[in-house]
Amino acid sequence: MSQTVGATVSEETWTLRGYEMVVGLEVHVELATRTKLFSASPNRFGDEPNTNIDPVTLGLPGALPVLNRQAVELAMRLGLALDCTVQRSTFARKNYFYPDMPKAYQISQYDEPICVDGWLDLPGSIRVGIERAHLEEDTGKSTHVGGTGGRIHGSDFSLIDFNRAGVPLVEIVSRPDIRTPEQAKAYVSELRAILVAVGASDAKMEEGSMRVDANVSVRLPGAEFGTRCEIKNVNSVRSVGRAIEYEAQRQVAMLEAGESIRQETRHWDENDGRTHTLRSKEDADDYRYFQEPDLVVVDPDPEWIERVRWALPVLPAARRARLADATGQRADAEAILVVTDRDQDAYVLAVAGAGGDAGRALVHVKEAFAEQGERPSVPVADLAKLTRLEIDGKLTATQAKQVLAEIVANGGGDAEAIAASKGFEAMDTSELESKVDDAIAAQPEAWSKFCAGEAKAMGALVGAVMKASSGQADGKAVTALLETRRDIAIA
Amino acid sequence: MPTNSDRQGLPAGVADISWNVRNNVTSAADVLERHLAAIDAREGDIHAFNIVLADEARLRAAEIDEAVAAGRDPGPLAGVPIALKDNMCTRGIPTTCSSRILDGWRPPYDATVVTKLHEAGAIVVGKTNLDEFAMGSSTENSAFGATRNPRDITRVPGGSSGGSAAAVAAGFAAASLGSDTGGSIRQPAALCGVVGVKPTYGAVSRYGLVAFASSLDQIGPFANSVGDAALVLEAISGHDQMDSTSIRRGPFEVSRQLDMGVAGLRIGRIADLPEGASPDVAARLDEAFDALRDAGAEIVDVEVPAFGYGLTAYYLIAPAEASSNLARYDGVRFGHRVEAPDTNAMYMATRTDGFGAEVKRRIMLGTYALSAGYYDAYYGRALKVRRRIAADFAAAYASADVLLTPASPTVAFRLGDKTADPMSMYLCDTYTIPSNLTGDPAMSVPFGTGDDGLPVGIQILAPALEESRMFRTAAELERRAPK
Amino acid sequence: MGRVALGVVSERITPEAVAKVAKLARLSLSDDELQQATHQLSDMLDHFADIDALDLDGVEPMTHPTPISNVMREDIEMDCLDRDEVLAAAPAAQDGRFRVPPVVGLED
Repeated sequence: MSQTVGATVSEETWTLRGYEMVVGLEVHVELATRTKLFSASPNRFGDEPNTNIDPVTLGLPGALPVLNRQAVELAMRLGLALDCTVQRSTFARKNYFYPDMPKAYQISQYDEPICVDGWLDLPGSIRVGIERAHLEEDTGKSTHVGGTGGRIHGSDFSLIDFNRAGVPLVEIVSRPDIRTPEQAKAYVSELRAILVAVGASDAKMEEGSMRVDANVSVRLPGAEFGTRCEIKNVNSVRSVGRAIEYEAQRQVAMLEAGESIRQETRHWDENDGRTHTLRSKEDADDYRYFQEPDLVVVDPDPEWIERVRWALPVLPAARRARLADATGQRADAEAILVVTDRDQDAYVLAVAGAGGDAGRALVHVKEAFAEQGERPSVPVADLAKLTRLEIDGKLTATQAKQVLAEIVANGGGDAEAIAASKGFEAMDTSELESKVDDAIAAQPEAWSKFCAGEAKAMGALVGAVMKASSGQADGKAVTALLETRRDIAIA
Repeated sequence: MPTNSDRQGLPAGVADISWNVRNNVTSAADVLERHLAAIDAREGDIHAFNIVLADEARLRAAEIDEAVAAGRDPGPLAGVPIALKDNMCTRGIPTTCSSRILDGWRPPYDATVVTKLHEAGAIVVGKTNLDEFAMGSSTENSAFGATRNPRDITRVPGGSSGGSAAAVAAGFAAASLGSDTGGSIRQPAALCGVVGVKPTYGAVSRYGLVAFASSLDQIGPFANSVGDAALVLEAISGHDQMDSTSIRRGPFEVSRQLDMGVAGLRIGRIADLPEGASPDVAARLDEAFDALRDAGAEIVDVEVPAFGYGLTAYYLIAPAEASSNLARYDGVRFGHRVEAPDTNAMYMATRTDGFGAEVKRRIMLGTYALSAGYYDAYYGRALKVRRRIAADFAAAYASADVLLTPASPTVAFRLGDKTADPMSMYLCDTYTIPSNLTGDPAMSVPFGTGDDGLPVGIQILAPALEESRMFRTAAELERRAPK
Repeated sequence: MGRVALGVVSERITPEAVAKVAKLARLSLSDDELQQATHQLSDMLDHFADIDALDLDGVEPMTHPTPISNVMREDIEMDCLDRDEVLAAAPAAQDGRFRVPPVVGLED
């Protein structure tokens, strides 16, 4: 997933036979509260079935909902992180029968959501509008037993666990501003990073604490929006891209064949890579929304809103920019994204602050600290010293890697001492240069191809130098020397 | 000290019982046995209860007597036998709402009012019959059969809290709790000749009250005297964090003001009150105004132009909320289920079998009022009428402190008189409905008799949280009631 | 929003509309019951037509009797219900869960 979002998201529009896709995403996230949205039983994933239940969760007669303040605060936090306006809001009942919906209505914010009118900037210059973010309660979980492998149709009976019922959700609805599968994937990744950063949710798609529905239509550029289909069951960032692409292709093919698109809800099947009709919107349910009489208006006062706003952490986009600044032009976007995503960006900056080189620290942290958390066990000073040895030319990148492995294994250590114990000595640049010249002389064919622009040809030359130096040469330094000589040769 | 003496044929009231029990003059056990004896004697004719909790009550009475013997104060309702409408949750004890759909259900928790009664030292003697899910005005819509009026067992006790009203009128309990969504406490109180109070919306917690219409439901007491009703109201009122619509204030303190009289109070007569009261009831209302004028009150004319639209607003709003509140009876988690080959068929079979005709009618009416294409014309419009009614009352209260109307258009009618025509039954609520729409308090106090010597109830209405002046007026009417 | 045409009582709501409402509410009606319900609901809606004449433009709908706001609880766990007790009271249970017949026919 990181590869796709590492680079700046292209502004280029996806088109197929002249059609463009128009996509809006509805993302449901479970909020990281201790208790449920309207009652005091635990909001916890993975417990024994039906152990986190109370009269409100089960919809027992006489039970009444009482709103969880923390859920409201988390919704405000994520809304403000998306530059939404926090406003006076109300709850409504959405009435429908389903065995995992205990009261036969879902309490959800309908016409007066708590957050409206925000936006999310994708890496690059694409801005996706946020229409609204509203609070609602989750349903229980149905397990369909018998028949063919857990599918609803043909099952013998279903078993219901209400642990998840009443867990607080925020539904974040984007505007139909997304035009490519890449943008959709970047939107989901970026939203996920923001949710985690502000502590609103753990946003784990694989555990279902973040779920994505996509509204997809196609049109000729400049034309009115086409008829849209809602795609459900998109359970990974990768599926978001695949499902949208498939669906847009399906719609274009239908239009090209002279057929019209039917507004419907479709189900993404990960196995066959297609979407299938779930239900038609023509016989849409009549949810009979009306304001929930058991709850009162939620109207956060400005003082509360400002308190939440000021307590927001630096958001991922700003952190990435800060890291990019510190590490310089040459740092690759993917490393910045990965390290920020792991919350290790502050560590890299601390290494730089301790006199180390931010660029080299970024590379090491990305490659060697995958298992370490937000606070790596290696003292900042130790990594700073290692990167300094590299910059000073006292260690090659390969040697540095080996030294670091030992530092990581021991939870710290003096790079200089470890390098000495390994017998690493700084390689003289002139020695390396003569090895490069030897390699060029030995392989004139590879050299002329490399000069003609065939990047692959460089491999043979680098390989020869590495062999001559018993693997101790710095690959990057070798590459740089080769490039310099090529530039001189062509000029 | 005791405030009212033993009435003929009736055990002593709330105030006497608790004073005597707390001061070790009588035992809670003795008091209870007298009430259980009354139940034995007449319950067969009246059918006030869905369940009598004699064993539980005896254990509780012994607990209270032990506490007194040990020098502890069991509370302001020490040893007072109280009946609960069977739509209030009682832990481990069946709570049926007089519906087959709750067949066999025992709540795993107590309603807040039940906890509060317990903390005040009261003894729950049983759970009383009601119109199924509190939908009705005669207690004939019960899956377990009708309740009869103790004043005349050929007559209805009113409804929907008919069982609770009858239990007090028959001396089965010193007080009882009912719920009032459109008059379900005040109308049966009037028909049975007892005091019935619908407090300000939010003054008594609804937690554990099985919902009929959430924005209208309110729990309140029945008792044989205004003073007794005040004591019970004080015990059950006050903020509850389990009910989001609960008002943030302490319990009422109305008892102390009952003797203040009405001198200087402005009593409003609603000049444009909808017609429909029978002549005997209208005559008692006139006498009530006279009695209050004699007591020093000023009688003023006010207008509440939208009063008459209350019935329509109510019968669109209440069924709409009910259609949603009653959707949870689906045979999945508790109560009745009729097995069927798939879930949808199970829902259909369970609900069709489990609900009675009136409940189904209101669910359909409410579903219709909320459905796509009709919401604005029915439910949405009714909410605007509700606002209009509230505004009209607010204006009337600028010139009057309380208002008086009949509680019921007529005295108790005969069983079966109105069952064939739902609309005729709905009209019983004409005078009581507006207070539920506005959320303001109202109560019915007995004031003489009408046709066939049956009791007439006068309704006193007051602005929100002005229970004190409402009770002062009620106490004055009680003192001046025709003997 | 469109309101059913005024006129004779029986036209205020059609048997088809009543049937649709009953289905939404998961109630089944026999033909006789459907006719009776249509008649009764029409009769009621006839009575309720009194508010049609009111000018309610600009009147704010009143959803709650008391205008209170911001009632919230702290995010603190309380005791849960006992699963065995709850499942014992359920119409059907299996493996710690509530059991229901197959979930089909809900989309119809």
